[in-house]
Amino acid sequence: MTARIGVVTFPGTLDDQDALRAARLAGAEPVSLWHRDKDLKQVDAVVLAGGFSYGDYLRAGAISRFSPVMETIIEQAKAGMPVLGICNGFQILTEAHLLPGAMLRNNHLHFICRDQKLRVENAETAWTSDYTAGQEIEVPLKNMDGRYVADERVLDELEAEGRVAFRYLDVNPNGSLRDIAGITNAAGNVVGLMPHPEHAVEPLIGTGKTDGLGFFTSILKKLVNA
Amino acid sequence: MLPSSGGRPPYPRAFDTVKHASETPDSEQPWKELGLKEDEYARIREILGRRPTGAELAMYSVMWSEHCSYKSSKVHLKQFGEKVPANDAMLVGIGENAGVVDVGQGYAVTFKVESHNHPSYIEPYQGAATGVGGIVRDILAMGARPVAVVDPLRFGAADHPDTKRVLPGVVAGIGGYGNCLGLPNIGGEVVFDSCYQGNPLVNAGCIGVMKHEDIHLAKASGAGNKVILYGARTGGDGIGGVSVLASETFDAEGNSASGTGKPAKRPAVQVGDPFQEKLLIECTLEIFAEKLVAGIQDLGGAGLSCATSELASAGSGGMRVDLDLVHLRDATLSPEEILMSESQERMCAIVEPDKVDRFLEICEKWDVIATVIGEVTEGERLEIFWHGEQIVDVPPRTVAHEGPVYQRPFARPEWQDALQADDAGKLPRPQNGEELKDQVLKLVSSPNQASKSWITDQYDRFVQGNTVLAQPEDAGMVRIDEETNLGVAMATDGNGRYAKLDPYAGAQLALAESYRNVAASGAKPLAISNCLNFGSPEDPDVMWQFAEATRGLADGCFQLGTPVTGGNVSLYNQTGDVAIHPTPVVAVLGVIDDVNRRTPIAFAEEGQLLYLLGDTKEEFGGSAWSEVIHQHLGGLPPAVDLDREKLLGEILISASRDGMIDAAHDLSDGGLVQAVVESCLRGGKGARLVVPEGLDAFTFLFSESAGRAVVAVPRSEELRFTDMCGARGLPATRIGVVDGDAVDVQGEFALSLEELRTAHEATIPGLLA
Repeated sequence: MTARIGVVTFPGTLDDQDALRAARLAGAEPVSLWHRDKDLKQVDAVVLAGGFSYGDYLRAGAISRFSPVMETIIEQAKAGMPVLGICNGFQILTEAHLLPGAMLRNNHLHFICRDQKLRVENAETAWTSDYTAGQEIEVPLKNMDGRYVADERVLDELEAEGRVAFRYLDVNPNGSLRDIAGITNAAGNVVGLMPHPEHAVEPLIGTGKTDGLGFFTSILKKLVNA
Repeated sequence: MLPSSGGRPPYPRAFDTVKHASETPDSEQPWKELGLKEDEYARIREILGRRPTGAELAMYSVMWSEHCSYKSSKVHLKQFGEKVPANDAMLVGIGENAGVVDVGQGYAVTFKVESHNHPSYIEPYQGAATGVGGIVRDILAMGARPVAVVDPLRFGAADHPDTKRVLPGVVAGIGGYGNCLGLPNIGGEVVFDSCYQGNPLVNAGCIGVMKHEDIHLAKASGAGNKVILYGARTGGDGIGGVSVLASETFDAEGNSASGTGKPAKRPAVQVGDPFQEKLLIECTLEIFAEKLVAGIQDLGGAGLSCATSELASAGSGGMRVDLDLVHLRDATLSPEEILMSESQERMCAIVEPDKVDRFLEICEKWDVIATVIGEVTEGERLEIFWHGEQIVDVPPRTVAHEGPVYQRPFARPEWQDALQADDAGKLPRPQNGEELKDQVLKLVSSPNQASKSWITDQYDRFVQGNTVLAQPEDAGMVRIDEETNLGVAMATDGNGRYAKLDPYAGAQLALAESYRNVAASGAKPLAISNCLNFGSPEDPDVMWQFAEATRGLADGCFQLGTPVTGGNVSLYNQTGDVAIHPTPVVAVLGVIDDVNRRTPIAFAEEGQLLYLLGDTKEEFGGSAWSEVIHQHLGGLPPAVDLDREKLLGEILISASRDGMIDAAHDLSDGGLVQAVVESCLRGGKGARLVVPEGLDAFTFLFSESAGRAVVAVPRSEELRFTDMCGARGLPATRIGVVDGDAVDVQGEFALSLEELRTAHEATIPGLLA
């Protein structure tokens, strides 16, 4: 018994193959989804992978959010389907108002690619249950527009409700407010973060650590046990 | 009367046709403004038996340019095809978009390095970005999925104000384009030298992977097959000299072009759109997967002129193209401009008629514009029409492959002897441990030896999830098969200082270093590509450097058994009379059967033994030490011994494969101490070093003798490792142990990792951030 995890390919999506691989390595059945199709092929969860969908034209994620596939995803996410947005996927989720806040250009104005330490703040979401609260993990980070911002009221609300899912440790690589690297919705089924757990799933590749695999094993366990 | 349009909608402006050219043999033509020499223009007239049309002149002028025709370098480059070592790996050699080598398990790998030097000086961001775009399309055109990029870069002095303009723009351009394509950037170099002040070198390399049966070639065969142009619309960017052609010259009847509201001159540097290129890559790979193309060519330098003439020239028939069918970004472009436009993100495919519909369908899926613009014909001519009138009628070979060839005069420069006599061995050396320590700190914090992570962190090295090694490792390495763990590695190296002292040896040292870097990672070197950056070929001194360097490289490749699969030449890298250092950059491609066996540079395990492999001599000519401490360039570069390099490579590969070493770092600029500091910082562990008998501490630390590496050997493997070196005749000297949190040269000095890290990592951000 396994679960079907869909990964959307928009024009300009780059990390879709990586996310499919991560789902496979976790034991799930990876399914490719196409931006023009409203049909989600009966997947149990969706990953919006990193990249530069639609060339980041207008704003990162601003056009993708209106694509046919997103219509269904938004509808189903509201009904409880687990959705993980990584990097550009996180940007799409905020543009789609599934998550609050927005991402601005990094405060140093450069693209940055580094091995990033994070603290898992919330280990109760659909995508983080295989971690423990407070656990420190290391996954790659790579982005141009990664500075998380929201107004004070929203930030306070996120903190109060335990919806800050990940925080940057040691270095805040992009000027994100309150060191926020990722957040969850109130229901815990929609999670977005800038760093790339799908790049940290094999000991040999990338950082040499497998700290990111937990995202995919978390969701698999949740779906299989459901 | 100039002809007007035929059956198509009337074209508003007059244009030059084949018929008109025959009738007006004496019309003045702007051949000089387009960069042609008088005898070249005369030859075009002789080939055609009449004056060329404006469109023909445009094609010949770009295709016979130094950049496209290699007219000054050809006579020297042919050695790469003559001195070919016995090597079973070559599948496609020089002359195609890129060479292809067999890496086993049915896989073929194509790789190439190209220069985008001049555009990157004028417009650093777009120059560098389109350099990446161009090389990636070259690789794609071979039928391969691009899997990684590398960028060897050279700039003026690190503290020069203009470097602060050029470097951040170049780096952002490479990142901005490459990151959007989803290609990991796994290697390259960053070098500073005031000789590159007005002439930065922006070289870009790419590796692509395919199955043997998927190799595609740039040729148009099979009469009736369709010519499809697909990708971005054609615009007025990157046209350069062609705007001359849009002038009044051909408007013999007074139809003034300037009165037609033509747009002003566009920048000569092309503007890239990586999003479009990403779509083009995925679209093309899907087209390949369904085996829909008979021949394919990317559009780079010289645009459609190059693609149509090269495809037709390499194929068996002729070609007819209706140029007015080309999708335009700017409807006012003249046919000459369309032929010369270097708009990016375009490809040209030859497709059998019954496959055209499916081809166009896939393009539609990826939102890529595609247009059938012509077909392969039975004849032997390349014929181009504009609104029904013929504007080009040429034998394609004369455009693409039979351009002019020059025997440029060359002579050993008068100053060469004096330069070589200025021996770096005479420079004052550090006298005690304190001075050594001070000079080590100066070395590792000097711009050329300092950490480049501020630069490389602007590139995505993780995407595609196959990156096994990336900068600052000796070589970049990617896995190409997830089941078998087959991988490929690539390193690029060049040392203009060595090459200035002796271009023959300098080219071989670049080859040797790149070869050594690949071997140090555990991969077996298979073949090379090169990017030859030099000054003006019209200067006999420069031409001598070029002749010597190509001879050195060809001889070296023959001796090492690594064939040249292709390459690129960039000349005229000079400002006024002052040329850059001769800078041959060599890219070595290697293969590794199992990426699990790769060897990183990091010293990560305390207690492991450090061995120095190879012979250390007093060699300081062109060294980093002579540059950093004495601002000196003179003497002879380190001696080359390619048999030794080969042996060292074999030992490193065997030791990786059999688990005898856990880390390896090649020794090159900066010598042993630079390598040890890098490996310690990478692994977060210190090293205790003992100066071996027979060497003084200074030579031990700073010499740049070639054919050397430092390795970390687990104690349990020591005997097996030293036995192997002994049996094979490779000197292996135990020089210390991985230990503590300092680089401690016993009896001389110690530097804490913290102090070293600060020195090594603060320099580049301090200068450029």
